[in-house]
Amino acid sequence: MSGGVDSAVAAARAVEAGHEVVGVHLALSRMPGTLRTGSRGCCTVEDSMDAQRAANIIGIPYYVWDFSERFKLDVVDDFIAEYAAGRTPNPCMRCNEKIKFAALLEKAIALGFDAVCTGHYASIVTDADGNRELHRASAWAKDQSYVLGVLTKEQLAHSMFPLGATPSKAEVRAEAAERGFSVANKPDSYDICFIPDGDTRGWLGERVPPATGDILDREGNTLGQHEGAVAFTVGQRKGLSIGTPAADGKPRFVLEVRPITNTVVVGPKEALAIKEIAGTKFTWAGLAPEHPEIEFACDVQIRAHADPEPAVAQVISVPADPTATPPVEAHTELRILPTEPLTGVAPGQTAVVYVGTRVLGQCTIDRTVSAVPVTSDNVAGPVPADSATINA
Amino acid sequence: MSAHFDHAYLDHAATAPMLPAAITAYAEAMAVVGNPASIHSQGQNAKRMLEEARERVAASVGSDPIEVVFTGGGTEAVNLGIKGLYWARAPRTRILVPGGEHHATVDTVEWLAQQEGATVQWIPLDALGRIDLDALAAAIAANPDDVALITLLAANNEVGTLQPIRRVAALAAAAGIPVHVDAISAYGHLPIDFAALHASGVSALSVSAHKIGGPVGIGALVLSRTAQVVPLIHGGGQQRQVRSGTQDVAAAVSFAVAATAMTADLESESRRLEVLRDAVIAGVHAAVPSAVYNGDPDPAGRLPGNAHFTFPGCEGDSLLFLLDVAGVSVSTGSACQAGIPEPSHVLRAMGRSEAEARSALRITLGRTSTQADIDALLAALPAAWAQAIGAGMADSAPRAYT
Repeated sequence: MSGGVDSAVAAARAVEAGHEVVGVHLALSRMPGTLRTGSRGCCTVEDSMDAQRAANIIGIPYYVWDFSERFKLDVVDDFIAEYAAGRTPNPCMRCNEKIKFAALLEKAIALGFDAVCTGHYASIVTDADGNRELHRASAWAKDQSYVLGVLTKEQLAHSMFPLGATPSKAEVRAEAAERGFSVANKPDSYDICFIPDGDTRGWLGERVPPATGDILDREGNTLGQHEGAVAFTVGQRKGLSIGTPAADGKPRFVLEVRPITNTVVVGPKEALAIKEIAGTKFTWAGLAPEHPEIEFACDVQIRAHADPEPAVAQVISVPADPTATPPVEAHTELRILPTEPLTGVAPGQTAVVYVGTRVLGQCTIDRTVSAVPVTSDNVAGPVPADSATINA
Repeated sequence: MSAHFDHAYLDHAATAPMLPAAITAYAEAMAVVGNPASIHSQGQNAKRMLEEARERVAASVGSDPIEVVFTGGGTEAVNLGIKGLYWARAPRTRILVPGGEHHATVDTVEWLAQQEGATVQWIPLDALGRIDLDALAAAIAANPDDVALITLLAANNEVGTLQPIRRVAALAAAAGIPVHVDAISAYGHLPIDFAALHASGVSALSVSAHKIGGPVGIGALVLSRTAQVVPLIHGGGQQRQVRSGTQDVAAAVSFAVAATAMTADLESESRRLEVLRDAVIAGVHAAVPSAVYNGDPDPAGRLPGNAHFTFPGCEGDSLLFLLDVAGVSVSTGSACQAGIPEPSHVLRAMGRSEAEARSALRITLGRTSTQADIDALLAALPAAWAQAIGAGMADSAPRAYT
């Protein structure tokens, strides 16, 4: 119970469904703030008190469990490391994957519980054979199945999402008000809970020391200097201090961030269009497809609030390549080919694969292929292998 | 699962059940109108009730009534004792304080360091939780003239270890340094003779009513006639100009009833608790041979109602939850804000590891404790321990979920 309206209503519904329920608030910081401020809608002492008051009204016991060390290790440090490696991580997904449905679930099961129940807007559907599937919530506007896409079959077997069939958030708020929860009108939380003022760039800047590096075009020509690659995100246009204009006079966008050489690659907007996404770290939410090596039709979603886009996907076996730098071991990857090129794709993001409303699985994107080839005659040598991103 | 109110209550150090007689006296006194500062006869009646209460509380700590300054609780008393002495001792800036103190002290001296330029010197504890007197003597000798005060617990609120108050006071007195004693956890369990302590060199001593069966919201700083403190609260100049504000007659009356009852059978009650406490120790060791008994194993060196253990490989947090579900209330340490568990800073100050500091369980007994409470604990413990071991140190040792 975060102290928000969704988890409070979810707990109340679980009680009414006949379950034996205990409210658990996760302490994710050893030094929690006292009062909630602005958009930071979780993790303060005030939020913990809100959660406890809701538990009191529901009539269930309530405890605070300390996962601050795990959270720092698996979510906060990971977030910094991912940015430092030039990727764009989603810490909420990492928290679901490593904390809520891993550390918390593991501890709960050991202490005699059967499942973790949360206020996420998503549905669990059991098929004819009793296998659990993860599906979108009835209210697509609030659907959070994307951030749950990392859940595995084992995790889904111990998960409950009582809000999945609710038509709207307004209905949840109305129900909370009817139940007498003080949090009925509490603002939704957004932004990253461990960055109090919402200034992600500033927060990262304090943790990843900036260093001057080159801004390159796709041909490898140096166009200017930047003051720290970590400050850039793929697709970014503003903040590029490039002296010489592009030959065609068009604005240039960040295409790639290469942290090891501390370089930023820029190019025309068209080059941001991505025709292929792939990730070696992939999971299936529920039963795995019988033949994932055979191309199948799906939809792909690459951000929490992006639309699903038609695509085909398959699991590819990549042979070992000892001559590559660094050498590549034999592995498999989930490769997704959107029907139309996608924009706003960056390594580190999660691509969730849907079939209809069902979440089939996901991968962390570690490789993208631009839909637009490098057109210049003056093609530089091979792209330095310090980044997983390849712009063919 | 619903809230249990028929629990075996083994957390008397957090708060003790109110004595029925203290509840009755509280309610009756609340029905009496009159501000003790008013001149008319109803005011005089309130004043009489207040001062009778003060005399009874004074008797329970062996002080003169004028030395009892009622406060809004133990934390305020500690704040007044420490800040009040510190400011009165300006320009001296050094505060000598042992590790492992209660947060009322830790946070107060840290605030003085941040806001008022104090230098806090933490005196080490030994493995039993007792102050290192040689280190204290050396800290004083380094520059006796710039020490504002020494403050320490009479008995540690987590592990129950008694501090050598008189020896500390003697070292301080030789250097002319005032001593504040936080006796909140000792009050009701050990005889307190403020006159004798003052003769040894103690200037101020804090107690709280709710640890002995009185109400929450009233405590006292026992302040010697000669001690100078700067007040925290300014106003009407009540209580020796030290603690302004209309005095809470009803709370004082209720406090006095609990204090008198406590004093009447302190010795026999302490012996009774020691017997029960020893049953806890024997039972816990029989149920969980790996359990480590912390603090001073010598009964003469610890609070009679305190049994403190670490359970290697278990989170105290998990054990507390499982025992709670089984109807037994215990603690992992001192209660803190919003229930967010922290590793015990007391065990850390005693030289124990972070993992050990997370595996602590404090069992504290009091006036209403019976063998049945101990039986309930010992009946629930084996299963709770086995399950908590299974849950492991969830936060500090990440495992893959399978």
